[in-house]
Amino acid sequence: MEINFWDKEIETIDKAALKVLQLKRLKETVSCALKTQFYKPRLKKAGINSADDIKHWEDYKKIPLTTKDDLRECYPNGLLAVDMKDVVRLHTSSGTTGTPTVIYHTKNDINHWAELVARSIVATGATNEDVFQNMMSYGMFTGGLGLHYGAEKVGLTVIPMGGGNTKRQIQLMKDFGSTILHITPSYILHIHSKLGESGVELKDLRLRKAYLGAEPYSENTRKKVEQLFKIDVYNSYGLSEMNGPGVGFECAHKCGMHVWEDTYLLEVIDPKTGESLGEDKEGEIVLTNLTRRATPLLRYRTRDIAAIHKGLCGCKRTHRRISRILGRTDDMLIINGVNVYPSQIEEVIMRIPQVGTNYQIYLEKEGTLDKLVVKVEIYSKMFSGNLAEIDALKSRIVEELRASIIIHPAVELHEPGSLPVFEGKAKRVVDNRVKL
Amino acid sequence: MKLTQISIFLENRKGRLFDVCSLLGKNKVNIRALTVAESEQFGILRIVVDKPEATAALLKKHGFVASLTDIVAVEVADKPGGLADILKVLSVSDINVEYMYGFVERKSDKAILVFRFDEPDKAIVLLKKKKIKVIGRKEIGDL
Ligand SMILES: [Zn+2]
Repeated sequence: MEINFWDKEIETIDKAALKVLQLKRLKETVSCALKTQFYKPRLKKAGINSADDIKHWEDYKKIPLTTKDDLRECYPNGLLAVDMKDVVRLHTSSGTTGTPTVIYHTKNDINHWAELVARSIVATGATNEDVFQNMMSYGMFTGGLGLHYGAEKVGLTVIPMGGGNTKRQIQLMKDFGSTILHITPSYILHIHSKLGESGVELKDLRLRKAYLGAEPYSENTRKKVEQLFKIDVYNSYGLSEMNGPGVGFECAHKCGMHVWEDTYLLEVIDPKTGESLGEDKEGEIVLTNLTRRATPLLRYRTRDIAAIHKGLCGCKRTHRRISRILGRTDDMLIINGVNVYPSQIEEVIMRIPQVGTNYQIYLEKEGTLDKLVVKVEIYSKMFSGNLAEIDALKSRIVEELRASIIIHPAVELHEPGSLPVFEGKAKRVVDNRVKL
Repeated sequence: MKLTQISIFLENRKGRLFDVCSLLGKNKVNIRALTVAESEQFGILRIVVDKPEATAALLKKHGFVASLTDIVAVEVADKPGGLADILKVLSVSDINVEYMYGFVERKSDKAILVFRFDEPDKAIVLLKKKKIKVIGRKEIGDL
């Protein structure tokens, strides 16, 4: 396997040098944070009055954790660390629960972000010969613009289509021979189900890769997409609080996402106790952005659940890898007292070949008990016309789910195209239980 | 002598059966026979039509889940015990019937039985040996 680098020196930096660089950048970030209304009192309370109070690499642990709620309270300018004339862009996130959050960027911040994305893209083996169809929304959502700037930096031919309009997406994929898609897992599965209707076949396309992100998905979904399109799928990680995509990305080895540690101080904590966890232990990812000057964020709780992989990757990049996002602390469902992540359900149903490309999870109250209903679409090519086979399929899904999540679900089979379609982030879970 | 039946997966959603029938009607497809195998939440509609391959393609193009299945149609002799004779032939053989359904042919008033066998070719040989009339594709088209 040929390994390409965008910035080989920094991507293969040795551990000791990385720590020196991280400490230097952490100090810069702390002095920048001390300029904000939010961090100034908070850091002083923790005994950090200036960057000089961070003497050793380990001192970052003195810094208190920052949460999404803190960000909401800071809206609109509690975390602004530079003069507005130096801000070249801002991204707000409305959130589903009311108060928005905002992240500001200076020109350098934007440029550095694009550098990280360029590293990520090149790590997957992409070159300036690739045609990149960006199907993530542009605008406030960071998925679209984030990859866009990095892809242009590398010299890919960018088609800035954004999300939605499936027919046109397929047409463009065909007309310009798109080789790489940037897209959500649910939308790429939907695109596949619409190829036939559009009169476009796989052989009319030149697809080679897809970058999937913006929502957690399972390894079986990756395999399914790879088999359906005969392409390589790379996992992408990012969140708007940390700029957006480009925080972590899979290299050509596809074995976990390299987190760019010169820019992101990476920790995994126990979400209940806040305690730091070792490698290979699942917990909540906590990140410090070490380079962004307009909006410093220190030890930010991402609410994303993952584990840091042990050991070096075959690509020789020294930046550590994290597992795929296994769920979000706020996505966790409690069903009759059992903790379940929607991704566990997806993992099971996506390994069953007769299942199509869309599914939904419903939670209802039945007396005092919770009832889990999993609605799946069947895969039309696997339909033989036999009722007993369909019944057996249903039983198989029930059994495999029960074995995996302990809860006995009700399973409904649906025709392809009958469940709601999401062209951006999918809303897979509908919780109709009345909150007491 | 095998015939081709179309099986269509349908959710038990209001108007779904109507959707199929109106699509076929608009495209001048004649339904010769129709049956629905149902479970609580979905059903499989089975139809015998004059141009099964083209009809299945039409259905798929409109988003229906459809597949083609080999079936055998036989004419039930117009005499007492006609049906019993056919079933008797099958019951002493080792051919399995997955399902069957019947319909009456319009012009001749003859009763026709449609069988889904696990081994249709073997079944046809056996039925013919016992002088039971197996209906061909052309005859279905003419019905
Ligand atoms: Zn690697």
